Amino acid sequence: MQFGIFSVGDVTTDPTNGRTPTEHERIKAMVAIALKAEEVGLDVFATGEHHNPPFVPSSPTTMLGYVAARTEKLILSTSTTLITTNDPVKIAEDFAMLQHLAEGRVDVMMGRGNTGPVYPWFGKDIRQGIPLAVENYALLHQLWREENVDWQGRFRTPLQSFTSTPRPLDDTPPFVWHGSIRSPEIAEQAAYYGDGFFANNIFWPKEHFQRLIELYRERYAHYGHGTPEQAIVGLGGQVFMRKNSQDAVREFRPYFDNAPVYGHGPSLEEFTAQTPLTVGSPQEVIEKTLAFRDTFGDYQRQLFLMDHAGLPLKTVLEQLDLLGEEVVPVLRAEFAKNRPAEVPDGPTHAARVAAKETEVASK
Amino acid sequence: MSALKLVVVTAGLSVPSSTRLLADRLAEATARDLRETGREVDVRVVELRELARDVADNLVTGFPPPALRDAVRAVEEADGIIAVTPIFSASYSGLFKSFVDVLDRDALTGKPVLVAATGGTARHSLALEHAMRPLFAYLRAVVVPTAVFAASEDWGANGADGSLAGRIARAAGELAESLAGRPAAPRARTAEPEQVVPFAQQLAALRAH
Repeated sequence: MQFGIFSVGDVTTDPTNGRTPTEHERIKAMVAIALKAEEVGLDVFATGEHHNPPFVPSSPTTMLGYVAARTEKLILSTSTTLITTNDPVKIAEDFAMLQHLAEGRVDVMMGRGNTGPVYPWFGKDIRQGIPLAVENYALLHQLWREENVDWQGRFRTPLQSFTSTPRPLDDTPPFVWHGSIRSPEIAEQAAYYGDGFFANNIFWPKEHFQRLIELYRERYAHYGHGTPEQAIVGLGGQVFMRKNSQDAVREFRPYFDNAPVYGHGPSLEEFTAQTPLTVGSPQEVIEKTLAFRDTFGDYQRQLFLMDHAGLPLKTVLEQLDLLGEEVVPVLRAEFAKNRPAEVPDGPTHAARVAAKETEVASK
Repeated sequence: MSALKLVVVTAGLSVPSSTRLLADRLAEATARDLRETGREVDVRVVELRELARDVADNLVTGFPPPALRDAVRAVEEADGIIAVTPIFSASYSGLFKSFVDVLDRDALTGKPVLVAATGGTARHSLALEHAMRPLFAYLRAVVVPTAVFAASEDWGANGADGSLAGRIARAAGELAESLAGRPAAPRARTAEPEQVVPFAQQLAALRAH
């Protein structure tokens, strides 16, 4: 089981003092947060990809390459990479390059973005969102597995004897997650390829994500990749903690009330009752996170959203200390209990290379 | 045959409200007509005033709180709908429209709907024809021919032909008639597993072009 954080990379005014960080400050803060994630013993840092203000991370592999150079163990991922509007050839190259620089500590999460206008900004048609995701990923999948690719599709120029360089590290492409907030087609796509499925699990009630994950598990087995319990599931989560539960609620309330996604709507109490958001003591965070297993089954990766809604860097770093020192060690121990032996661990490059060698040897 | 489900959506804001009064008269008349043809009917009233904050929260968060989720499900599973709104600024009220906005776009497809409205004077009555009827046409609902408008003065008028009582009876009769032949088949839409096009078919569709 892997634990980590994922960042949207929003530049948001701190509602308690009216201060808005510059883009430069926010970018440096994201890097500081990523480095802190390794320092406190987390496994994964993931960044979003956005091409409009108030978001800064338009170029994830640039940022992740920088973080790779300054970390030793941390797995670097996206959350998500736009499979619809990026050229799959460039995704294949960028992430293979990152894999080499990071000694394999690289994942990719495919997604379709959170804003319609991103399609025309990159010359694409929003009405083709799902077909673009399907075709582009089919090409990316091929580029990472075949040296000489002949290819023809609807959405880009054909390729003749094309080789994407560099080749994936150890001939083992980055592990791919497919992220979705609402589309069953994406769960189906993840299942078809035997890739991972990541449910954002933040803004909506868990029942919604439960249906998507059940579909993914069932289809994963249908396509012969293993049992439904062996499908690779990742979940988001959102927490704010202080030693004392009331302090957490008091401190987080102004950020919640003004948050871009759900602010000016339900109360903090209503939203924590209806969605996976937890605001309270580390013990409360542990209890609510452990309950995810009851809803979704044993899973492989838990990412928390920690730096958003205008929270200052200092506060986010304190949150990561609590997460690393008090929450994750307990979660690791508890999730390991009664975990069936056949349920796979979170994916790593080393394990995937080893599995590949075993497969070759057995042939 | 099992009981038909009739859901009454009413958007009056005062308590008591003339909008609710009209909604209740329409529901009673429809239920009576159905029972005379031997059909049982369960009537459920959705008072939007009680859900006003939930509706606003849903607009902000994208999901319904529990009480609203329950009301939305009732509408989805209904065999027929009576929708009643006060007329504000030449159209349905904002609360009424916001509730419609949080429904799934297929929630009312093929459902018989009776539309009705209240207002201070009869000069607002055509709002039913230029606002309510097109709204439900857009949602692919089957709106019965008679829409019922009740102005303040109507509540005191006598029972002559063309009166409010007459319009209620005619509209309720139309709704009852369109419901009478329906097999009551509640659609538990939300309980269904996700449906998905098999991936090979999605790939093949792209190659076919």
